[in-house]
Amino acid sequence: MDHLQTIDLHFSYAPGEGEAPREVLCGVTLQVKKGEFVALLGHNGSGKSTMAKQFNAMLLPSGGKVYAAGMDTADESLKYEIRRRVGLVLQNPDNQLVASVVEEDVAFGPENLGVPPEEIRRRVDAALRAVGMQDHALDAPYKLSGGQKQRVAIAGILAMEPECIVLDEPTAMLDPRGREEVLDAVLRLNRERGITVVLITHYMDEAVRAGRVVVMDNGRVLLDGPPREVFSQVELLKKHALDVPQATELAYRLKAMGCALPDGILDEDECAAALELLLGG
Amino acid sequence: MFSNITLGQYIPGRSPLHRMDPRFKLGLTVAGIVLVFVANNFASLAVSAALVLTAAGISGISLRQYLKSLKGILVLILFTAALNLFYGSGEPLWQWGFLRITTGGVSNAVFIAARIVCLILLSAALTYTTSPTQLTDALERAMKPLGVFHIRVHEIAMIMTIALRFVPTLLEETDKIMSAQKARGADLESGGVFQRIRALIPILIPLFVSAFRRAYDLATAMECRCYRGGEGRTKMKVLRAARGDYLALLAAAGFAAAVALCNIFLPFLR
Repeated sequence: MDHLQTIDLHFSYAPGEGEAPREVLCGVTLQVKKGEFVALLGHNGSGKSTMAKQFNAMLLPSGGKVYAAGMDTADESLKYEIRRRVGLVLQNPDNQLVASVVEEDVAFGPENLGVPPEEIRRRVDAALRAVGMQDHALDAPYKLSGGQKQRVAIAGILAMEPECIVLDEPTAMLDPRGREEVLDAVLRLNRERGITVVLITHYMDEAVRAGRVVVMDNGRVLLDGPPREVFSQVELLKKHALDVPQATELAYRLKAMGCALPDGILDEDECAAALELLLGG
Repeated sequence: MFSNITLGQYIPGRSPLHRMDPRFKLGLTVAGIVLVFVANNFASLAVSAALVLTAAGISGISLRQYLKSLKGILVLILFTAALNLFYGSGEPLWQWGFLRITTGGVSNAVFIAARIVCLILLSAALTYTTSPTQLTDALERAMKPLGVFHIRVHEIAMIMTIALRFVPTLLEETDKIMSAQKARGADLESGGVFQRIRALIPILIPLFVSAFRRAYDLATAMECRCYRGGEGRTKMKVLRAARGDYLALLAAAGFAAAVALCNIFLPFLR
C-alpha cells in the first residue's frame, strides 16, 4: 500500500506584490510505500522542504493531489488526523520545543489530541526510551545538546503514534556527533517499528543509508531509485550542481584517470576494499 | 555570561511545601497576604506572622535564602518605616520644627515594617518551592472561571509557558549577538547613558528579527503537533489535592479565625 502519494503535484507560494508567481513544485508524482526509508535530496530551492509540508497538509497543492495515509490532504476535516499520522520534524530543534521540561514537551502532541492522562504518561515514557532520552525526562531543553534536542523533538512526534515521520533537514544545524545520534534514532525507528521515514537532507552520506533515494531538482523528480543506482549517475548529478558521497567522488575521479574500479561505490569501506583489490591484484 | 540562569527563584526540594498542590499553594498564599493586610493590631499581626513563619519553616529552605529575599527590598522597608515615624498621634517623643515623632508613630513604623517583611517572606516561600511550570499550571486552573467572560485562559497560560521556555534561548542569543557586534568593533561599555542606549540598537534589532523567525517556526511546529487551542485538550499531569493540602487549608482557616478574634477582642494592642 502506498503510504504517501503525490499525483502530478503543482505548488506555488503566494507571490509578493508585483511579482509573477513562481512554481516551486512542477508536477511531482511520487509514491512512498509503508515501512520504506526514503531520502529526499536536492539543493536549496529544489522544492524538497515544500514537499515535506505537503505531506502533512501544512501546505495544500495548487494543482494535482496529495494522499497521506490514504487521505486527501485537501480535505479540511481530515487535517488533524493527517498530522497525527504523518509527523513532521523541522530543522531547528530550538524552535520546535514548547515546554520548559523535556517530558512535558513530549506530552504536548498527545495532550492536543485529547489522549487520557495515564495513556499520555505511557506514550511519553515509551517515546523517550525509543530515542534514548529517558534519562533526561526532567531536564530543561536549553541544557541539552543539539542532537539531544532534536531527539526530543522526534520523541514529541513519536508520542502521537504516527505511522510515518517526515524529517525536514533535521541534522542541518547539528555537529557530526549530533547528526549521528539523530540518524541512528531514525534508522532504528524505521527498522524496529516499521515506521515509514522520509528524510530530507543535503548530506549525501546520510542518503546512502536510506533504502531509496529521490533526487529533486527545480521542482521535479530527477532521479529515483536505490542509493547505489542513483549515485552511479555521477555526471547527471554534477550537471545539476549536486554532490555525491565523498567515497563515490573519489572512485569516480580515479576511474576517470584510468583506474579499473567498479561502479556504485557508496561508502569508505567499499572504496577501501575496491582500492585494496586494485592495488593488491 | 548567561551560563547559569535560574528561572524565577525555584529551589528544587522534597519538603511538604514542595509537594503541595500548586493550586492550594497559590490560593493559600493569596489568603495569607489578605490576612497580613487585614490584621490591624499587634496580636493579630503576630498570628499572621506565625502563619508565615510556619510556612517558611516547613519549606526546608535555609534562613539565609529568606534573608536574601529581604535584602533586595530593605531600602523600601526602611523608607516606609521612616516615613511612618512622623505620622501618628500620641505622646511626642522628639520634636524639631514641624517634624514630630510620637509613640504612635513608632508603633506605626514597626507595624508597617513587620507587615512588609511578612508579605515578602510569604511570597518567597511560594516562589522558592514552586517551579514556574507548576505556577503557570495553577494559574490556568485558578483563572478557568474567567472563561465565562470570554477571557481566553488557556491561551494566556500557553503564552506564559512559551515565554518561560524561550527566556534562556533568547538570553543565549543576546549573548551571541553581543559577541558578534563586539567582534566588529561595537563599543558597548563606554560613553554616557544615551550613547550606551544607542549602542544597544544593533543588538536589539537582530534579536527581534530572530525572535519573530523563531515564533514563526514554533507556530509551524505547534500546528504539526495538532495544536488547536484549549478545546478538547487533556493534560499529562493532573493536579490532585492530597491529605496534606486539606490539612494546610484547615491550618490556614485556624490562623484566619485567630486573626479575626484578635482583631475584634484586642483592638487596644496598637
